[in-house]
Amino acid sequence: MTGGTSLLAIIAILPFLGALVPGVMIRAGRNACASFAAVPTVLALILLGTQAPAVLRGEVIQTSFEWLPTLGLSVSFFLDGLGLLFALMILGVGLLITVYARFYLSSADPMGQFYTYLLLFQGAMLGIVLSDNILLLLIFWELTSLSSFLLIGFWKHLPEGRQGARMALTVTGAGGLAMIAGMLILGNIVGSYNLTDILAGGDAIKASEWYMPALILILIGAFTKSAQFPFHFWLPHAMAAPTPVSAYLHSATMVKAGVFLMARMWPALAGTEAWFYIVATTGLVTMVIGALIALFKDDLKALLAFSTVSHLGLLTMLLGFGTKAAAIAAVFHIINHLTFKAALFMTAGIVDHEAHTRDIKRLGGLAKLMPITAVIGTITALSMAGAIPLNGFISKEMMLEEAAHTTWMNNPWIVPVLATFGACLSVAYSLRFIFHVFGGKVRDDYPSTPHDPPFGLYAAPALLTVFVVLLGVMPHLAEPLVMAAANAVTGQETHPHLVLWHGITPALWMSVIAFTVGGVFYAMHGQANRIWLAMPRPEAKAVFDWIIAQCVGFAKWASEITHNGAISRYLAIFVSATLVLGYMAFRSGPIAPPTREMLPVPFPVLIGWTILVAATLLVVMNHHRRFLALVFISMIGLAISGGFVYLSAPDLALTQISVETVTIMLLLLALHFMPKTSPRESSMALRSRDAGIAIAAGVGVAALTMAFLVRDFDSISAYHLANSYTGGGGTNVVNVILVDFRGYDTYGEIIVLGIAGLTIYALMDALLRGPAAKRLRARDYSQDRSRDRHPLMMVVATRAMLPIAMMVGVYIFLRGHNQPGGGFIAGLVISIAFLMQYMASGFAWAQLRQKVEYHKLLGWGVVIAGLTGVGSWFAGKPFLTSAYGYIHWPPIEEFEWATAIAFDLGVFLAVLGAVMLMLYSLSRIARFAGETINIDPMDHDPSADAEMTEAEEA
Amino acid sequence: MEALVASAIGVLTAGGVYMILRMRAFPVIIGVSLLSYAVNVFLFSTGRLAVNAPPILQKYADVPYSDPLPQALVLTAIVISFGMTAVLVMIALGAYLEADHDRINIREGEDDGDLPSDEKGQDA
Repeated sequence: MTGGTSLLAIIAILPFLGALVPGVMIRAGRNACASFAAVPTVLALILLGTQAPAVLRGEVIQTSFEWLPTLGLSVSFFLDGLGLLFALMILGVGLLITVYARFYLSSADPMGQFYTYLLLFQGAMLGIVLSDNILLLLIFWELTSLSSFLLIGFWKHLPEGRQGARMALTVTGAGGLAMIAGMLILGNIVGSYNLTDILAGGDAIKASEWYMPALILILIGAFTKSAQFPFHFWLPHAMAAPTPVSAYLHSATMVKAGVFLMARMWPALAGTEAWFYIVATTGLVTMVIGALIALFKDDLKALLAFSTVSHLGLLTMLLGFGTKAAAIAAVFHIINHLTFKAALFMTAGIVDHEAHTRDIKRLGGLAKLMPITAVIGTITALSMAGAIPLNGFISKEMMLEEAAHTTWMNNPWIVPVLATFGACLSVAYSLRFIFHVFGGKVRDDYPSTPHDPPFGLYAAPALLTVFVVLLGVMPHLAEPLVMAAANAVTGQETHPHLVLWHGITPALWMSVIAFTVGGVFYAMHGQANRIWLAMPRPEAKAVFDWIIAQCVGFAKWASEITHNGAISRYLAIFVSATLVLGYMAFRSGPIAPPTREMLPVPFPVLIGWTILVAATLLVVMNHHRRFLALVFISMIGLAISGGFVYLSAPDLALTQISVETVTIMLLLLALHFMPKTSPRESSMALRSRDAGIAIAAGVGVAALTMAFLVRDFDSISAYHLANSYTGGGGTNVVNVILVDFRGYDTYGEIIVLGIAGLTIYALMDALLRGPAAKRLRARDYSQDRSRDRHPLMMVVATRAMLPIAMMVGVYIFLRGHNQPGGGFIAGLVISIAFLMQYMASGFAWAQLRQKVEYHKLLGWGVVIAGLTGVGSWFAGKPFLTSAYGYIHWPPIEEFEWATAIAFDLGVFLAVLGAVMLMLYSLSRIARFAGETINIDPMDHDPSADAEMTEAEEA
Repeated sequence: MEALVASAIGVLTAGGVYMILRMRAFPVIIGVSLLSYAVNVFLFSTGRLAVNAPPILQKYADVPYSDPLPQALVLTAIVISFGMTAVLVMIALGAYLEADHDRINIREGEDDGDLPSDEKGQDA
């Protein structure tokens, strides 16, 4: 650990912060936008530069913050040689691309968006190469897939762009998923998700029986990202992206992420037979196939794309060899490929930009028209071919040298021959790029007359070309970086010796062969192309489209079967699936013998049980007649309340019976506006099926209940019983739990209740403004209406009962802490007292006399409860700690006070407000249903009649 | 006693499940109510059954108490389930008034074969 450790996190986060800027800065113009897009990159490069010397000395810089420690996820970054190499590449090329894109994008393109996406992508890539936690790495890995999707599909109007973006996302995203699985296996083997630990645990990993699955899954991730055969097909289609994107993502960074990952995991995974045969073979095949296809592509970018596939194959193969020298060659080739391929892509972009075509058949002779571009293109293409004295030559020699020493299945010839063949093809397509674009005569049929672009456009490729030559002539300049990176890849000391001239070696002869045969291939391109075109070739895109179509078809089929808009069907599937799962869980283990004696059954309880069961059956049998069903429902509620009383739960009994009352009122109110009967529309078969599911569910739940009722268990309840009085100051343990031990829960619950009340209010408001209001007005409810809607007896009785009910409510509230009762029950009781007034004298009459709005009641309830909780902060205690004490008033008994009562008051108000708001909202419908408004408390007031008679008599 | 409670929960569950599988909103609401009863009693019974042992502390006697924790949880659950029923009722009522029917399935013809095929897809 050194002083500047948190710098790493800053470097990683800079592009993400910077991504916010270009979208805004575009308002200040394109130059400002591009400049501000470059700022985070430059800053990150400078910060990285301050760390570079230490890393090149062999230090590893680490920094770590906990994120989700329980999942093993931490925000850890580390910087070693490999990370430094890639970070330099990502930021360096990112800067060049920022400059290039400024001049490449036309004024019609949304440049702010482009730079935002670009910086997002850059941040994701940096995250990958700097992560020291594989879970974090996976997050960044997926972020690159997502941000590259945005970049590839940047030209939204082009169908190829959209299709290419989707394909890239599908392939790399699917590979990413496989990799997640593989990484999790690795983490499990090692017991840590820290990359450093995993790299140190290579031996344990290779010895594990889970090595193969992990290896294959991780390689799928790496191969899809790095476009290895048979996942290579997405890369050429991603070329629909703007050229800066192709140059950045598809030559320098994203496709190298797979290579990076293989290099990163090298100490943990490499060195086994499986690694060699899977990785090296895939790489070799990809190298040859990619080069072969590249030779026959007419689109400049497609040619470069397949060439990239081929070079990625080369890198993969080198890493697959698993030797130190091969790792050094791979690291060096990563640098070299970056320099020449990014420059080539930019050259292709310039040609496209100037000539308005990148079809090789329509180009040629550009050397005379755009000499600077031609020089850049020629030098870099020669490096791609591996010509002396450019940097491509050196790393290709090193590759051929390694290939020459590799035996494959005891055959010493197959790898060198194929590698040389790949090199031949590489020479051929490079020559084709040079001569068919820049060579030949000047034509007169270009879509647009080309000439050299402004400096801004060729500055970036020109700079890269300088590196191509410099690293070719003086390769030792790269030695420190290559050594640091190779050390990090292999986990051992390496001593790269980079020189242009190795002497007369087998590799040199292979190079000579490559150039000779490659030249011949180039010369014969015309004939070969005809044969190639006539040959049947499997089209990867067609296969991909077919697979996608099958997946879509299957998804459609599955969702049409299960998700057809019939809720009954979902519920049936859900209940059945739950039953099956429950049964499987039950069968998965043995069950302990019963430990509890069953309680005796007194006769009255049996009667209660019979009522409950009978009422339930009656509800089910009579559910078509809805009023009747409601009557039976209320019987069930009463039976359950009785059960609670008998089974020592007085608070529950009180709550149940009061909730029962308001529920029935609510359902009655709703039923007034709904059909009074349900039609019989289910077939016998359907009803039998539902009955089958229902009975199975019932039996299952009953069996489960029975199973635990006769067995003992341990719980935390003893704590509550022991501390209720001493800690909470109350003897009603249920109430103390509600207002004290679990006060936070209760606080949340009254908020939920309040939200439900407001939801209903809002729904009703929206409903009464919509077409439903019209329908309500049009409907005739007068048939359902009672002739005597506000009967005398009821009005008088409820009026007389109001003060009594209020008194009961207050009493229940006050005694709640020590005896059954409390805020919940008191709130319900008082709301019933109010509701009775509404029922007796009608909505309008009661509403006129209502002084406090229910919303306010609700709100104050929550506020009071919250303030009580906050109050404990002033006493230095956590939220919702209650206090209590005793006051002695000499003549009378001692009085207890507890802050919990203020909390309970909040509960009381919230419950009252919510219940009233709900029923009030529902009854507002009546106003729209043609209900007449009554001002008088009752329809026929005998006292008024008597006065009238008296007046008449007088 | 345990058998009675278990069977009552079972009967309530069976009734509730049967009712939520009906095709109209109102029976479904009733089914949800039945299921709420079942769930509340079920949760309550996880504290095991006890008679004459309310969880009200006695100062002067050492008596057994029933388990208070499930009771506290069920108490709020009862109130919350009322709120849930109310929201459900409101949505059902709104849907009925907007659509002029209280069927809960979108395309009944394709539902479970309970209607003749010529009525398929009429009701979207």
